[in-house]
Amino acid sequence: MESYHRNRRLFWLLAGPGSFWLLFFFLVPLGIVWTLSFGEKAVIDGQISITETEITWTLANYLRALADPVYLKIIWKSVWISVFATLLCLLIAYPVAFLISFTSPRRQAWLLLAVILPFWINLLIRTYALIAVFRTKGYVNFTLEWIYNGLWLDHLFGAFQPLELLYNNFAVVAGLVYVFMPFMVLPLYASIERLDRSMLEASLDLGAGQFTTFLRVTVPLTMPGIISGVILVFIPSLGSFLTADLLGGTNATMIGNVIERQFKAANDWPFGAALSFLLMYVTFGALALRAVISRQSGMPA
Amino acid sequence: MQAYAPSFRPDRRGLMKAAGALAGLSLLPKGTLAAEDKQVNFYNWDTYIGETTLDDFTAATGIEVKLDLFADNDELFAKLREGNPGYDLIVPTNDFVERMLVAGILMPLDHDKIPNMSNLGANFRDASFDPGLKHSIPYMWGTIGVGYNTARTGDISKSWKHLYDSDQFAGQISLLGDGQNVIGHAMKYLGHSLNSTDIAHVKEAEELLISQKENIKVFADDNGQDLLASGEVVIAQEWNGDILQVMTEDDDISFYVPDEGGLIWQDCLCIPNDAPHPDNAHDLINYILDADAGAAIADFIQYATPNDAARAKLGPEYNENPAIFPPDETVARCEFQLYLGEEHVKNINDAWTRVQAA
Repeated sequence: MESYHRNRRLFWLLAGPGSFWLLFFFLVPLGIVWTLSFGEKAVIDGQISITETEITWTLANYLRALADPVYLKIIWKSVWISVFATLLCLLIAYPVAFLISFTSPRRQAWLLLAVILPFWINLLIRTYALIAVFRTKGYVNFTLEWIYNGLWLDHLFGAFQPLELLYNNFAVVAGLVYVFMPFMVLPLYASIERLDRSMLEASLDLGAGQFTTFLRVTVPLTMPGIISGVILVFIPSLGSFLTADLLGGTNATMIGNVIERQFKAANDWPFGAALSFLLMYVTFGALALRAVISRQSGMPA
Repeated sequence: MQAYAPSFRPDRRGLMKAAGALAGLSLLPKGTLAAEDKQVNFYNWDTYIGETTLDDFTAATGIEVKLDLFADNDELFAKLREGNPGYDLIVPTNDFVERMLVAGILMPLDHDKIPNMSNLGANFRDASFDPGLKHSIPYMWGTIGVGYNTARTGDISKSWKHLYDSDQFAGQISLLGDGQNVIGHAMKYLGHSLNSTDIAHVKEAEELLISQKENIKVFADDNGQDLLASGEVVIAQEWNGDILQVMTEDDDISFYVPDEGGLIWQDCLCIPNDAPHPDNAHDLINYILDADAGAAIADFIQYATPNDAARAKLGPEYNENPAIFPPDETVARCEFQLYLGEEHVKNINDAWTRVQAA
């Protein structure tokens, strides 16, 4: 491979657009939000201004977020909901990805399309669709009632009691799993697809059972895909607010909702920025953990 | 599915999020020409204008209307606080008019260009939040109250109690999703002003809500009327116009403004600073205040119009509908939301965060 030193012009031509994009649409806005988190509302003529923020390098926003246990409690809860949704995604997506990569190439294309298809519909519409599925008179309860009555259970135990599927933590987790599932299936598929099948055969030939082969050969070899999938699901789950907003009950608030409120209803951008960065530190923590794990197991990150 | 499908009738707050997310928000060009283009950029709530009003205006004046939609006042304010992205006419609610006046982002109106102001009813020729209507023209007004399914609740007293302080309808109650209104009405129920800045009153409201939370099904983000219509809840705190929308489909659904009083709001037509086409915006305001145009709008969106000339053109099913025009003695007990400074906004929002996390 040629070193970029020898062909600098080509290097910058290729790297230019991407670097420009990252700099101006990612790093600069991030820097602005970071600066904002050390600001406070300006006081003009003795009155707290609605629109002006003064960057005073105060730590008050961070202290406020850390001092009141309510914010840490919500962050902690958001982490748990995201962990739960991520694990559920992994459990469901792994067999799906396995199935896809072991079918004929023709069918693979169709199955992959089926996984990606929901992406063509806006997130909000998909979430609203879930409301129609889960609500008291929704499709799940409708189907259950149909089966219940079909089995004459209503004569034995009385009328069907619809399940409360909406407006609780279950609905939030289900919504997150549904929305982020493709992010888990695709990296898993990519790594299972690359799996050297002869390794599995060798393991089976040498006396390991199906289960041992799966645990000790398949899982370690597909670990990069698992890690990528986990990160791709966990991080957006942690920051999401729409799902909790639409499907959650009275205490399903996630940290994303609190941040959104600081930028809108509370009109407190500095505090919202500080909360965003606290969340980002949690995310960095998760990424660092990933690096440590993959270094320990000697895998490429 | 039928009951859930959002209907495309009066609902200025519903749907909008879906529409915005789908369509993406258009970037409006900033015109800086000396003579105005034949164009006006109107930033409004969803389904909050007559069906043909804007086309009729274009036909009458040759001015093209570019319509963009916002979902709530917070979004409107967030869009404008760092500078006007190109809007000529906006529709903030009274407390946001006040907020925008404090922030200095509204242009003074030239009343000489709005002769149809004479159509406004006597109560609407002035406003506490904008003395002399120097920066705002009343567009529609309404209340927040209680929508309920009479078939499932039976006859109930006209009180906030059923929502805030009772387990009679446990698990079948929805409150609004924004802290200011939920806490404000809790204070109203507790006998205080919904504008009380007394931290003890806010605390009292917070505690009331935390103890009532187990009975509340959801803090509905502007879809209380859908929850009511689909049977998910039997009693809901909502904007009168939203409930009115489902009342026309379901005879069991009814609406009252509690005897304790509640919130009364007024949406206003305002021109933000640096509007590229302020003259055209004045023309559009004047057109909206016209008797026929105003009647067509009110008839379509079913909110209460301050335009007396327009009301005169509409029949009793509009003018005598108690869900649109509550009884005078109830209105007298209602309060406008005031803008009470950033410290109060913070106190309310912090209390709201604690309620949600409890």
